[in-house]
Amino acid sequence: MNANTLRSLIAAAAMVLASGQAAAVDITGAGSSFVYPVISRWAAAHAEASGTRVNYQSIGSGGGIAQIKAGTVDFGASDIPLDDADLDAAGLGQFPDVIGGIVPAFNVAGIEPGALVLDGPVLAGIFLGEVQRWNAPAIIALNPDLSLPDAAITVVHRSDGSGTTYNFTDYLARVSPDWKSKVGTGASVKWPTGVGGKGNEGIAAYVRQLPNSIGYVEYAYAVQNKLGYARMKNAAGRVVAPQAASFEAAAASADWAGARNFNLLMTNAPGEDAWPITATSWVIVHRQPKHAARAKATLDFFRWAFEHGREQALALDYVPLPPTLVRRIEAYWDAGLKH
Amino acid sequence: MNSTLILSIAAEARERRDARHDAWFRRLLLAAALLVVLALLGAALATLWGGREVLFGQGLDFLASSRWDPVAGEFGALAPVYGTLVTSAVALVLAVPMAFGVALFLTEVAPPWLRGPVATAIELLASIPSIIYGMWGLTVFVPFMARIEPALSATLGRLPLVGALFQGPPLGLGLLTAGIVLAVMILPFIAAVMREVFSSVPRELKESARALGATTWEVAWHIVLPYTRPAVIGGIFLGLGRALGETMAVTFVLGNAFDITASLLMPGTSISSAIANEFNEAVGLHRSALLALGFLLFVVTFLVLLAARLLLRRLARREGTG
Repeated sequence: MNANTLRSLIAAAAMVLASGQAAAVDITGAGSSFVYPVISRWAAAHAEASGTRVNYQSIGSGGGIAQIKAGTVDFGASDIPLDDADLDAAGLGQFPDVIGGIVPAFNVAGIEPGALVLDGPVLAGIFLGEVQRWNAPAIIALNPDLSLPDAAITVVHRSDGSGTTYNFTDYLARVSPDWKSKVGTGASVKWPTGVGGKGNEGIAAYVRQLPNSIGYVEYAYAVQNKLGYARMKNAAGRVVAPQAASFEAAAASADWAGARNFNLLMTNAPGEDAWPITATSWVIVHRQPKHAARAKATLDFFRWAFEHGREQALALDYVPLPPTLVRRIEAYWDAGLKH
Repeated sequence: MNSTLILSIAAEARERRDARHDAWFRRLLLAAALLVVLALLGAALATLWGGREVLFGQGLDFLASSRWDPVAGEFGALAPVYGTLVTSAVALVLAVPMAFGVALFLTEVAPPWLRGPVATAIELLASIPSIIYGMWGLTVFVPFMARIEPALSATLGRLPLVGALFQGPPLGLGLLTAGIVLAVMILPFIAAVMREVFSSVPRELKESARALGATTWEVAWHIVLPYTRPAVIGGIFLGLGRALGETMAVTFVLGNAFDITASLLMPGTSISSAIANEFNEAVGLHRSALLALGFLLFVVTFLVLLAARLLLRRLARREGTG
């Protein structure tokens, strides 16, 4: 092999490497397991459309925050928002990605899904262990037409730390001063009563097996497992059913203008038709990313998902962000993120 | 003359080489043994270091309090420690007699054609991953327990003293259910050790006893068991060690409530299942508390094994003098 062919070979190899880098930027994300199904669905469709592959690892919100702070991933995803001070200190920005609902799921013989109506104070009373029987006056007052059994309520809660618990306990803390002072808001809390199931599937399994039990699961789990779910009386005093429209109403009525980094929980939203326990999860990115190309690809991925990923989200029982919120997020990118 | 000299020099060289190889081999073995000790120390120290904020920050409170409140940042390990010890105790109480029976059956009673298949079945039981036990426990065993728990409360629950252990709503989940699932899990380990050592008892001893008119039970109790006692106790503690650290199966059926209750029918939590449940989403002090729990599991396991050693030594001494 003479020097010329060697040189041309090297040049060819360099070109292949360079073009490979330019065509396909692989981005990585890690965090919340709540958004894992929809992000992986989006990633598959987005890879076909753009060639960018998104590798998302569902390691839990705490892990996602730790990884984005350490700079080992291009984006983190958390079910619990970081506050402004925390974000500023670490040079991070965050924005919501998709909406989901949390529903009280129950198992009482003879009561159909959606037939039971609860409100915030009663739900808090049940989870505090103060409303102990299904035929307690407070429950009967909300359900005058149902024949509720004279049976003890078995409370089922999450045993693992989770964003679902965070949003659920945040809702209870907003509607019940007792809950706020005795238990508070957290991904794991000191439950006054009940048994703990691991994950949504754990709660779903327990609720199905334990007669006269009540738990809380993501809406998709209640639908897929055909659990009885309750309707809720919301902050506006109306009884609403958990469905895409009421989740979207909650997102639309939440006061996003007052939150500099979208760090607000949508629980107990004021809208007329808002589902009171609506949740989102947040994508967290660096404001001054080390890899500009990958940061751009990350935002392009979410821009694409907000625009073209609505059907996929709905098919998985998530609710896509309302257009007003998407415009707000895009303005946030232009103002605060380098991309 | 000359050739013998050469031979003896060659032999000497070989001897020296052998000695050198032996020395290297000894060092290799020593390194392997030290590596185990280092790994153990490393793991213990890593959890101690990770849990330092809680272990040294809250000190005795961590050991003496049963309040586990991640929101308020208060962490007491009493409930998980209690759950770990109670479920393991229930498992031992159920598994040891059963394992003894199985091992005795296989070595003394069973016809030879049955020994192989049953022994294999027991070994297979040991190789089932614990998550399978958890799923089986949750979907099959918990509903079954929910059905029989009212009967337990109505019968055993009426007895004095023992009655307190069988109170409460029939959830199917709880300390008793977890203990039974653990018993099934550790049974094959204990039974395998017992079977192994029972079959090592010299034939002459057993046959002499039979010649003197002993029944199978008397042979087992007076000949086989005393002959194999240290190994049997070793096997039991092998099972206990596994029960103390078992995570997934227990997490599925224990109910995961940070409570200390007298009743075995109530939900509880254990050290390893608390860690498995909460570690993913734990940050700061909470994470430190979970690592401290991990260190506590080291301590609890170490104390239990230490107790086993002391028990063995006392037994050996008693046998020596008696």
